[in-house]
Amino acid sequence: MTAPTPLPAQQAAPAHPAPGYASPIPVVRTHIGHAIASEWTKIRTVRSTVWTLLSMFVVTLGIGTLYALSLSGEDYVGMPLLAGGFFGLMLGQLGIITLGVLVISSEYGTGMMRTTLTACPRRGRVLTAKAIVFFLLAFLMTLAAAVPTALVQLAVLSDQEVPSYAVDDAVMEDSIVDGEVVASTDQVLGATLGAALYVALLGLLALAVGALLRHSAGAITVMLGVVLLPLLTALFLFGESVADLRDALIEYSPLNGLASLYGIPMMGDELDSGWPLLGLLALVTGGTLAAAFARLNAGDA
Amino acid sequence: MIELAGLTKRYGRTTAVQDLTFSVRPGVVTGFLGPNGSGKSTTMRMILGLDHPSAGQVRIDGRRYHQLADPLTHIGALLEAKAVHPGRTAYHHLLCLAQSNDIPLRRIDDVLDLVGLAGVAKKRPKGFSLGMGQRLGIASALLGDPRILMFDEPVNGLDPEGIQWIRNLMKRLAAEGRTVFVSSHLMSEMALTADHLIVIGQGRLLADTSMARFIEENARTFVRVRSPDHERLRAALERAGGRPRQCPDGSLEIEDLPAARVGELAAENDVVLHELSHQQASLEEAFMRLTHESVEYHARAGR
Ligand SMILES: Nc1ncnc2c1ncn2[C@@H]1O[C@H](COP(=O)(O)OP(=O)(O)OP(=O)(O)O)[C@@H](O)[C@H]1O
Ligand SMILES: [Mg+2]
Repeated sequence: MTAPTPLPAQQAAPAHPAPGYASPIPVVRTHIGHAIASEWTKIRTVRSTVWTLLSMFVVTLGIGTLYALSLSGEDYVGMPLLAGGFFGLMLGQLGIITLGVLVISSEYGTGMMRTTLTACPRRGRVLTAKAIVFFLLAFLMTLAAAVPTALVQLAVLSDQEVPSYAVDDAVMEDSIVDGEVVASTDQVLGATLGAALYVALLGLLALAVGALLRHSAGAITVMLGVVLLPLLTALFLFGESVADLRDALIEYSPLNGLASLYGIPMMGDELDSGWPLLGLLALVTGGTLAAAFARLNAGDA
Repeated sequence: MIELAGLTKRYGRTTAVQDLTFSVRPGVVTGFLGPNGSGKSTTMRMILGLDHPSAGQVRIDGRRYHQLADPLTHIGALLEAKAVHPGRTAYHHLLCLAQSNDIPLRRIDDVLDLVGLAGVAKKRPKGFSLGMGQRLGIASALLGDPRILMFDEPVNGLDPEGIQWIRNLMKRLAAEGRTVFVSSHLMSEMALTADHLIVIGQGRLLADTSMARFIEENARTFVRVRSPDHERLRAALERAGGRPRQCPDGSLEIEDLPAARVGELAAENDVVLHELSHQQASLEEAFMRLTHESVEYHARAGR
C-alpha cells in the first residue's frame, strides 16, 4: 500500500450508477399532532404507566375510604367534610410523580431517546407532546381517583352531629350550615379539580426534572425532596430566631398547597384556599420546563 | 446521498472526529471502516442530528437533518446501542415511530415480516436475543422505506446465518438504488459487502476509494519457498529472472515467478524444498497498516 493519503472524495464513481430509490410512501408535513399520537402510544404501551397510575388510584381511594370509615358514626370530626381525601392523595401523588419522571428519563436510560429524536428532530416538539399527553393523562386519572374519594367522604361523614363550640372554629367556617357539616362549592372544586390539577402540575414538574437530569432514580429523589423536605426541615427548626423561615417552609411546602385545596392549610392566611399556591406551582413548573427545553435543544442527545 | 463537509466533533479536549469531508452515494454499499474509538458512531450521530458538530456540516439529499419533516421516510438508521424501550412490544415500538412520521400502518407488518420478527411482534424486546434486537433495529430503519440507510456495526454479535442475512439485505437495498452506509471495524466483513470504502482513524479520513481499487492496491500475492539450501535456490531463482526476498524466518518470498515455475527451478537444480506455497497478504493487514499510526491504544491494549 502506498502512503495513506486521503483520496479525493469525488475520485471513484459508483460501480453501477443508479437513478436513486424513490420511496412509495407519500411525503407529508408532520405536525405536533403526529408527535402527540406517538407519545400517547408510548405512554400507554409500557407497564410502568399501568402500575404507577393503578397504585395512585388504589392508594388515594383506599386511604380516603379507610379514613372515612374509621371516623364514621355520628361523632364530630372537626375537619371539612372532604378533607379526608388529602391523606390518600398525599401518598398517591408519588405515583404520578414517578410516572412523570419515567416518561422521559426511561427514554434516556434505554437509548430510546435517540430513536425518538431521529424520528422527530424538532426536540421542542417532542418535549411539548410528552408534556401535553402526560399532563392530560395525569389530570384525568387523578380526577378519577379524587372524585370517588370525595363521594365516599360525603356518603360516610355527612351525618355528624355538630357541637355548639364548632361554630366558632375558623377552619369550619364554610363547612357548617344550619347545624350540619356540608361541603361548600369551593371545597368540592378544591378537592376534585383543584387537587387533580395540583398533582398533575407536580407530575409535570417531575417530567421537567427528569428531562434535566436524564436519570430516573436521581430525578425521583429530587422530586421526593421537593415534596417532603420543606415540611421535614421545618419540623427541626426550633426557636424564635428561625420562626420566619420555619413558617415560610411550611407555608410554601407542596404538601401545604395540596392540604389547602382540601381546606386544611397547615399555615398561612391569604394563601389558605390553595389556589394561589397552585398558581405558584404552575409558575415553578413552567420555569423548570423552559430550562428543560433549553437543555434539550442545546446539547447532544 | 449523504454529504459531509469539514465535519468535526470535540468532546472537551478529545477530538472524536476531525475535518471529515466525503459523500456517500446511492446505488452502492459504502463501508465505513475504522478501529475502535475512531469516531464512526460519533460521525453517524452527527449525520442524524443527534450530536451537534463542533464545526462543519452534513447534508441529507441536500438538506439538514432537522429540516426533514418526516425524516424516517428519507433516512433510516440502526444505531450502535439498542435504542428501544425493553418493555414496549416490537409492534408498539414500530407503531409509535410510524405515527410520528405519518407512515401508513401496514408498513409495520411489512417490515416485521421482512426481518422475520412477525412471530414475536407482541413480545417485549426485554427477552430478545442479540440477533432479534438487531433485527428490530433494522425493522425501525426500514419502516419509512427510505432512500438512505445507515447501519452502525449491524453484524456485531450475530451468528453466521444472521451475518449472511444482513449482508444480502444490504446488497439488495443498494441494488434498489438506495444509499447504504454501514460501519464496521472488520475489513474482512467489508470486503464481502461493500463496493466503496471510507476508512477513518482517530477521527481523520484515511481513504475514500472503491473496494475494487483497494483490493487491487493491497492484495499482494507472492510465493513463499523454504529450503535447507536456500543459497543455491536463491541463485537459481535469480538466474531465472526472479527477485527473491529473504525473510527473517529463513524463507524466501518471490513476487514475480509463479509457484509452478519455482518448483520446476528447484527440481532442475536438485534443491530440496520444505515449503512451497502461494500466499496472499490479507486485506485485514492492509487495513491495519493503514490505520497503524492512528490506533490510539494499540500498544497499551495489546490486542
Ligand atoms: N459523549 C461522549 N463524550 C465524550 N467522549 C466521547 C463521547 N462519545 C464518543 N466519545 C469519544 O470519541 C471517540 C470516538 O468514539 P466513537 O464511539 O465514535 O468510536 P467508534 O468508531 O464508533 O468506535 P467502536 O468501533 O468502538 O464503536 C472515542 O475516543 C470516544 O471515547
Ligand atoms: Mg461505534
